[in-house]
Amino acid sequence: MPKTIFEKHSDNRRGYTLPANDVDTKLENCFPENFRRKQELKLPEVSELDVMRHFIELSHMNHFIEKGFYPLGSCTMKYNPKISEELVRNPSIANIHPLQPENTVQGALEILFELQNMLSEISGFAKASLQPVAGAQGEFTGLKIIKAYHATKGNKKNQIILPDSAHGTNPASVKMVGYEVVEIPSNERGMVDIKALREAVNEKTAGFMLTNPNTLGIFEAQIEEISKIIHDVDGLMYMDGANFNALLGIVKPGEIGFDVMHYNLHKTFATPHGGGGPGSGPIGVRKDLVKFLPVPMVNRKDGKFFWDYSHKNTSIGKIHSFYGNFAVNVRAYIYLKMLGPKGLKRVSENAVINANYLMKKLQAHYLVPFKDEYCMHEFVASGKWQKDKTGVKTLDIAKRLLDKGIHAPTIYFPLIVSEAMMIEPTETESKETLDEFIEAMVDIAAEAVNSPETLKEAPLNTPVRRVDDTKAVRELNVKFEW
Amino acid sequence: MPFISNTNKERQEMLAAIGVENFSQLLKNIPEKFLLQEDCCLEKQYSELEISRKYAKLAAKNISANEINAFLGGGIYDHFIPAAVDHIIQRPEFHSAYTPYQAEVSQGTLQYIYEYQTMICELTGMEISNAGLYDGATATAEAVLMAARKTKKNKAILANSLNPLYRQIVSVYTEGMDIELIDVDIEDNLQKLAETSDNDTACVVVQTPNFFGNLEDMAAIEKITHSAKKALFIAVVDPISLAVLNSPAEYKADIVVGEGQALGNHTNYGGPLFGFLATHQKLARTMPGRIVGATEDANGTRAYALTLQAREQHIRRAKATSNICSNDALCTLAATVYMSLMGPKGLQEVATQSATKAHYLATKIAELPNYKLMSNKPFFKEFTVKTPLPAKKIITKLVDYDILPGISLEQFGLEENLLLIAVTEKKSKTNLDELVAALKEV
Ligand SMILES: Cc1ncc(COP(=O)(O)O)c(C=O)c1O
Repeated sequence: MPKTIFEKHSDNRRGYTLPANDVDTKLENCFPENFRRKQELKLPEVSELDVMRHFIELSHMNHFIEKGFYPLGSCTMKYNPKISEELVRNPSIANIHPLQPENTVQGALEILFELQNMLSEISGFAKASLQPVAGAQGEFTGLKIIKAYHATKGNKKNQIILPDSAHGTNPASVKMVGYEVVEIPSNERGMVDIKALREAVNEKTAGFMLTNPNTLGIFEAQIEEISKIIHDVDGLMYMDGANFNALLGIVKPGEIGFDVMHYNLHKTFATPHGGGGPGSGPIGVRKDLVKFLPVPMVNRKDGKFFWDYSHKNTSIGKIHSFYGNFAVNVRAYIYLKMLGPKGLKRVSENAVINANYLMKKLQAHYLVPFKDEYCMHEFVASGKWQKDKTGVKTLDIAKRLLDKGIHAPTIYFPLIVSEAMMIEPTETESKETLDEFIEAMVDIAAEAVNSPETLKEAPLNTPVRRVDDTKAVRELNVKFEW
Repeated sequence: MPFISNTNKERQEMLAAIGVENFSQLLKNIPEKFLLQEDCCLEKQYSELEISRKYAKLAAKNISANEINAFLGGGIYDHFIPAAVDHIIQRPEFHSAYTPYQAEVSQGTLQYIYEYQTMICELTGMEISNAGLYDGATATAEAVLMAARKTKKNKAILANSLNPLYRQIVSVYTEGMDIELIDVDIEDNLQKLAETSDNDTACVVVQTPNFFGNLEDMAAIEKITHSAKKALFIAVVDPISLAVLNSPAEYKADIVVGEGQALGNHTNYGGPLFGFLATHQKLARTMPGRIVGATEDANGTRAYALTLQAREQHIRRAKATSNICSNDALCTLAATVYMSLMGPKGLQEVATQSATKAHYLATKIAELPNYKLMSNKPFFKEFTVKTPLPAKKIITKLVDYDILPGISLEQFGLEENLLLIAVTEKKSKTNLDELVAALKEV
């Protein structure tokens, strides 16, 4: 393993240059001595070359999209266009400050205004706010809006229903707005169990949170009935839009019964995942909920763009210091402009075809619990056959894929499929890549039978061997001592 | 089609393999009336060249800190960023990977997060840092939630000198959790604070330098805070300031949060940013967000993995310490590279130049007729000036001098003649003198 940057320290080595200070004020005269730091500031002293070598060496230990296939279900690891990376670094975009006068940032505001409109248009909502900075924050914001809706109407409601296939952020967000979570089972087709839904719904139901297509990659066929059941008790329908990549140009969530939805721009709209973020999680809402959106919204009057606070008395407030992840939103704007009307639909078509192709080809080798449904942009397979017959677990299969230069699917999620492997190829991958993946998966299935021990020891040729994460908890070591 | 690899021929082969004749057969589950017509949305398709041209025109309508003499702060700052920082964060190895769930092919990300956590601990003097949150405001809100969880108390005291934007976000984040927020004036003395804090207090939240730029008497506030039975002391700090100002450990803070943007990240019109959060080891299990730990691989080699995941939403769901999943990781990478390049001396130089230049400027402005400093408290790199005209007017007028003199505090519900001025090491003496001269003229 590479040394830490701290182990590369050498006293008085330098990695920066700065102009000499040209004012003669002294720090001693700025504030009294008791405000001055006494504790030593222990940061590494290294040269610029040391730093470059260090981080480049680290970078070589990562898997990333340009290196190889990344079928991480639910995360939409599609290719991120390089033009966005170039344009977003334009100093007139990167070096503007959020509290500049509006007339000095008209270009930025215009981009946001257009993006706001494009997102509303493609999802069929009245308006979208760009302020939430991740999917989970979009959920939180959307749920706050649902709460504000009920508060305004005097509804006494405190429960949000969600299926047992929901992503962990859904129940966690429900809790953070102070609502209760009511979880219902899925049916044998992998969809919402309508009977269970009817039983769970009552006058306390504030809303229903649904991922559509759901986390099994299946479009909820009874969506009309579901939304009727929820709307009949004046509940609102929330769509987790993490899987919007399946629906672009095919259906508009705002037209099929949903009232609020978050988008994940770092998934659907090709902004890079950044090793865990920054993302962006805008939300779209139907007309009567617009007044609850976070302040401010970008607006236009007489050809000038401005930050509109006019709904501040009804708004849920602010959820980010400024206007959300601007530089991420700019990338999504560029991507959408480059898709245009035809490109938009082609994205989802190809995402869906790629996923169904993989599902079809893998089902002779792996259990695919819901193979009777066509999937949308992803599907869930299971390592259960392997586990039952050979003792090889999904974890082992995942680790063996790493040896073959392929990132593992999302594993052990959704929780309702045992030994789950959630596979999302995305539209940007070619048939050859998919065929290579199929071959790798078929080889691994054979290996499970012929040499299960190899799989249990995998990975064998990654930068490090299987990492002991129990030790990471038991002997907690979260900072380097030097 | 842009960014799609498969040709029509390949699509047809795949459809045949799936066993359907055309794409629409795959949409069986979608009620037909919901299906959109071709070309439902968006005006037109731009090629790479066309979007670059359109975009260049839009960007040209903005005035950036590269073109104008700007003194804007209020939470995020235009500090110098060495070129190597952007070089590293643009590498797809870092930016097109995702959360390091598969540790064996994510050691690059995991190790830099471990180094980041170490550096945040060194800066703040605390024992454990998470891998970052969305921004300083949400980090403050998460710290309040954490304190309420830990102490099982529901009263949070906020110094009224806290950034008003943070105050708003804390309020939105805590509203559903039955937490009572109490704003206390600590401007002139700490008596109100002493009266308000009691055994029901979960935490006292104080920002230093505060929103107006002034330094708070953290040692005295700590004594009051900890005289209440369980209350935790939450410090909201500017990471650059910690190179020369007391580390929060020196004044016994329990949770330290702040906006990390100043460490190597561009202002980007306010996002992405990142929030840091550090605390004592004994509060580790109540922390929000990811944490990386050092461990070993099967060969006994040093390796890194996500740890204490039993706090997080993907394991604990409704019982998680926070709903956060994606954070602003790449911004923490920028911070790690930045701190590596600057080292202790570089960071001290940045802090010293920012502070000394701010003090030079403040002195000069205070000498102007009709201008005076709002307060005579010590400050760091930012200070508030009482202006003879509404600050908004001054700002409008100074655009013609190619100067953005600061932020009008009127937009935060304060008096209209308060101007918040921030200075970083990037300012030359000439830049400062130009502002003084322009203020004199308007
Ligand atoms: C279905 C689903 N919902 C919500 C989220 C949360 O999104 P984010 O990580 O942007 O907060 C994710 C992604 O991680 C997801 O897959």
